[in-house]
Amino acid sequence: MSTARPRARRGATIHLGHLGGADRLFGASLWAVVLLYVGLVLAMLVADATYTSPAAILEALQRSEIRDALELSLLSSTITAILSVAFAVPIGYLLSRQEFRGKTLVDSVLDIPILLPPMVIGISLLILFQTPAGRAVEKVVPFTFEVPGVILAQFAVACAFAVRTMRVTFEAIDPRREAVALTLGCSRARAFWWVALPEAGRGALAAGLLAWARALGEFGPVLVFAGATRGKTEVLPSTIFLELSIGDLRAAVAVSLILVGAAVAVLVLARLLGPRRVTA
Amino acid sequence: MIVIDDLTVTSGAFRLEGVSLEVPPGSYTALMGRTGCGKTSLLETIAGLLPATAGRVIIGDRDVTRLRPADRGLGYVPQDGALFPTMTVAEHLSFALRVRRKPRTEVSARVADLARQLDLVRLLDRRPRGLSGGERQRVALGRALAARPEVLLLDEPLSALDDESREELSAVLAGIHRETGVTLLHVTHNREDASRLAQRILRIEDGRLELQPPQP
Repeated sequence: MSTARPRARRGATIHLGHLGGADRLFGASLWAVVLLYVGLVLAMLVADATYTSPAAILEALQRSEIRDALELSLLSSTITAILSVAFAVPIGYLLSRQEFRGKTLVDSVLDIPILLPPMVIGISLLILFQTPAGRAVEKVVPFTFEVPGVILAQFAVACAFAVRTMRVTFEAIDPRREAVALTLGCSRARAFWWVALPEAGRGALAAGLLAWARALGEFGPVLVFAGATRGKTEVLPSTIFLELSIGDLRAAVAVSLILVGAAVAVLVLARLLGPRRVTA
Repeated sequence: MIVIDDLTVTSGAFRLEGVSLEVPPGSYTALMGRTGCGKTSLLETIAGLLPATAGRVIIGDRDVTRLRPADRGLGYVPQDGALFPTMTVAEHLSFALRVRRKPRTEVSARVADLARQLDLVRLLDRRPRGLSGGERQRVALGRALAARPEVLLLDEPLSALDDESREELSAVLAGIHRETGVTLLHVTHNREDASRLAQRILRIEDGRLELQPPQP
C-alpha cells in the first residue's frame, strides 16, 4: 500500500456535465478575457523583441557604461537576494510558528514596502539618512548616492517579497515534526536547523530568486536614494531611463530585453522550485 | 513509570482539569476516550509539548513538569508519525543519537539493531515519501526508541492502517514491550486494540480518568 501523497493541487477542477448554450457563452467569455490579457503581455514582449535585434543587444552590451550598469545590477541584486533570504527566513519562521501581541501590526508593517509607491520608499530612505542617526551611519558606511545605497534601496522592497514567500513556506511545514525533534533531544534552535530549515530549502531558493528579480528591476527607490550616476550607481533600469531621456530608444529596448530575459528565467526557476504557492 | 498528579491542561477552548494517573514501570497501558476528549493533549503534556497549567508530571523518579521535552527521557510517536521528509529511514533511526553526539560506531550499531528489530533493513536508504502506512509507523517507532527512552508515548499508531498492517504493527508493539521493558502509554479509541495489547486500560470520561477493569 502506498500512502505517497499526491502533489498539492493548485486549484480544484469541477466537472460540469452537459453544457447548454448560455454555459458555452459564459465559458467563451472567460476565455476571451484570459486571452485578451495574456495576449497583451505576450504582445508587449514580442514588440520589444521585434523592435531590436541580437546585434543591437550585443552592440549595447559593448558600451562600457551599459556594461558597468549590468555588472552593478547583477552584483547588487545578488547581494540583495542573499540579504533578503537571511532576513526572511527568521522573520517567516517566527510569524508562522508563534502567536504574540501585535502580530497583526508586525504583519501589516511587513507589507508596507509592497504597497508603498516605490518613489516614496526612495524619498523615505533619503530623509532617514538625513536624521542624526542616519548621518552617524553615513560616517561609517556612506549610503546616499553610493553603491551601498543601491543595495539598501533594493533590499527595502525585495525583502518584503522574500518574507511573504518564506512565511508561506514555513506555514506549509507541519510544526509537529519540530515537536517530535524536541522530544528526541533537540533544542528549539536545533529542531529549526535540522528539521524545519532543510524542508524549507526549496522555498528559500524561490524567495531568493524572487528577491533577485525584484531587485534587478527596482528603479524608483534606487534613482531617488542612490541616484543614476553613470559608471557609479547606474543599474539597468536607470540605463533604460537615461537612454530614453536622451532619445536612444533602440538602446533602451535592448537593455529592456536583457531584463525581460532575466525575469523570465527567474519566473520559470521559481515556479519549478517554489513551495506550493509562490506569492509574488 | 509515569505519574500524573492533579494535572490541569488548557489548550485553546479545551480544558482538562485535576487529572491524576499512574502508569506502573514496564507496563503497557492504553488510554481511551472519545475523539476530542483530550487524549492527545494529555500525551503532549507528558511529552512537554503543552505546558501544564497546574499539577505535576513525574517520569521514573524525576519531576519533569518544568523540564524541556528534550530532557524528559521519553519517546513520542505522534499520529501518522510526523516523519522528516528530507531524511532517509537510517537518518530517522540515528537522529536521537546524533543529537546526543554519540560515537559513530555506536550510532551505526544501534541503527542496524533497530532496522532488524523493526524490519526496516531494506528501507534504510528510502525517504518517507512512498513508504506505506505501516512502514511509516515502524520508522517513527524506531526513531522514538533509538535513545532507549524509559517511557514510550504512542498516539493512535494503528488508526490509519489497513487490517494487515494493523496486525503486523500490533505484533511489533507487543514484541518491543516484551523485549525492552519500556513503559508504554498508548492512546487509542479502539477497544479491540486496547484489550489485545494493553495490560491496563484508562479511560477519559467527561474530563476525568477512570481505570477500567480488564476485559475477559
